[in-house]
Amino acid sequence: MAMSANIMNASQQPLLRAQGLNIEIAGRHVLEQIDLDLMRGEIVTIVGPNGSGKSTLLRALIGAIQPTSGQVRQASGLRIGYVPQRLHIDPTLPLTVRRFFNLPGRHSRQAIDDALARAGIEGRGETPMTGLSGGQFQRALMARALLDNPDVLMLDEASQGLDQTGTADFYRQIEEVRNTVGCAVLMVSHDLHVVMRAADRVICLNHHICCQGLPEAVSAAPEYRALFGSVDEEALALFRHDPHHHPHGGHEHHGAEFHQTEHDDAQ
Amino acid sequence: MLNDFMIRALFAGLGVVLAAAPLGCFVVWRRMAFFGAATAHAAVLGVALSLAMSISVFVGVLAISLLMAIMVTLLSNRGYAMDTLLGVMAHASLAFGLVAVSFVTDVRIDLMAYLFGDILAVGRSDLAIIWGGAGLVLLLTMWRWQALLLSTVSEDLAYAQGVNPQREALILTLSLAIVVAVAIKVVGVLLIAALLIIPAAAARLISRTPERMALGAAAIGAFSVAAGLWGSWHLDTPTGPTIVCAAAILFALLSVIARPLSARFAR
Repeated sequence: MAMSANIMNASQQPLLRAQGLNIEIAGRHVLEQIDLDLMRGEIVTIVGPNGSGKSTLLRALIGAIQPTSGQVRQASGLRIGYVPQRLHIDPTLPLTVRRFFNLPGRHSRQAIDDALARAGIEGRGETPMTGLSGGQFQRALMARALLDNPDVLMLDEASQGLDQTGTADFYRQIEEVRNTVGCAVLMVSHDLHVVMRAADRVICLNHHICCQGLPEAVSAAPEYRALFGSVDEEALALFRHDPHHHPHGGHEHHGAEFHQTEHDDAQ
Repeated sequence: MLNDFMIRALFAGLGVVLAAAPLGCFVVWRRMAFFGAATAHAAVLGVALSLAMSISVFVGVLAISLLMAIMVTLLSNRGYAMDTLLGVMAHASLAFGLVAVSFVTDVRIDLMAYLFGDILAVGRSDLAIIWGGAGLVLLLTMWRWQALLLSTVSEDLAYAQGVNPQREALILTLSLAIVVAVAIKVVGVLLIAALLIIPAAAARLISRTPERMALGAAAIGAFSVAAGLWGSWHLDTPTGPTIVCAAAILFALLSVIARPLSARFAR
């Protein structure tokens, strides 16, 4: 997989590369043999059932979790804009939105005001972070991640807590960012319809990479259908994943499916 | 009032509260209140060992506090909750300290001074140690301020932006051990945690940013030292506890005055 990605982008070095990544937490294999390249300008979405290791993969890529074996390599000086799934700010910590945006690097007043306006939370600079609604909080996290002109934008189910307009805005913003800033976007999402529309590449993860490739190719892949059913079905039905009837839910058979990824890349 | 020993006491107290202010804020934000108390309790063992071995109390306390902090950090990955672990370590080291002291026959009276402090007995060399330690801690926290703050808000955000939160936590632990070691003479083992937490908690009531909370804690701490010295002079009360009482009264007053804010704080 890594090789075929290289051939496709022979002129480019990957921004981020995971090789043979294995992660065990408390004796459980959370991630097995993950190979992943992220190139500038591509939008990659990771889908997978709950507990399949999606967040762990993102956290390993930013360096928050040390792999049991294998490695993660970041291009030198890589700037990552990370939007976590959840962020709890202790109420004893007085933190205005503006102060939060000035961590760790400082930004001009104007730059922050502009970022807030783009995120649809204009004039919220002096509001405490704990005083924002769930949706506003999520928008603030996203705006902060974009403030540093990141090379890679990583979103861990970042559209959680957003209403429909918010979600639509959110994904529009992601595509816009990719087109204007030119960064790579790596996101974990449950919203399969949006995934299929917005992603250049979909990675189907269930502890190992089941299959990956163009959204159309992945949605046709038997591994993907086994996890999510057919995309044409009602969106909600896609999430009723039963691990007991999952043909490759275990960790034993990943070798066989793995070739699928090369096939998909080539398409 | 302007006796020489009172001036020395004032400067000793100011040195401690200035270093304790930013540190106390982190202790509150990171919910490490018990950590401060545990480090202080461990200091009794440090006192006993340094008396037995005829080395500087400052050095002995610093060594034991650091050892305690490092052991807690290492053990916390083994499945015990932090408060359980701290409970075991703090009380065990306090007990071992008291037992160890009993072997050193001629220090039974001295021990009271270490439990409750004797700020009025501060000499010139003590003053040098206190301001040396306090200055070092202030420099450390100011130097690492942004990184410490980001690590406190979110470890994952810190990792994503190239800040290692474990290193920052170590710097914090180190600073905590230094403050405990220099503050022993001033307020004693039993009340050190109070000087860390009470000014910071009081400052939270009137602060909108982390910086203002740290400055507020310094101001409240400094005022408490002055008021405590004045009070103990006129009321003929033990000085260390009087300082802590002054801080507690300030906290209570601010809680009443800053009601709307305190509602959020209590949440």
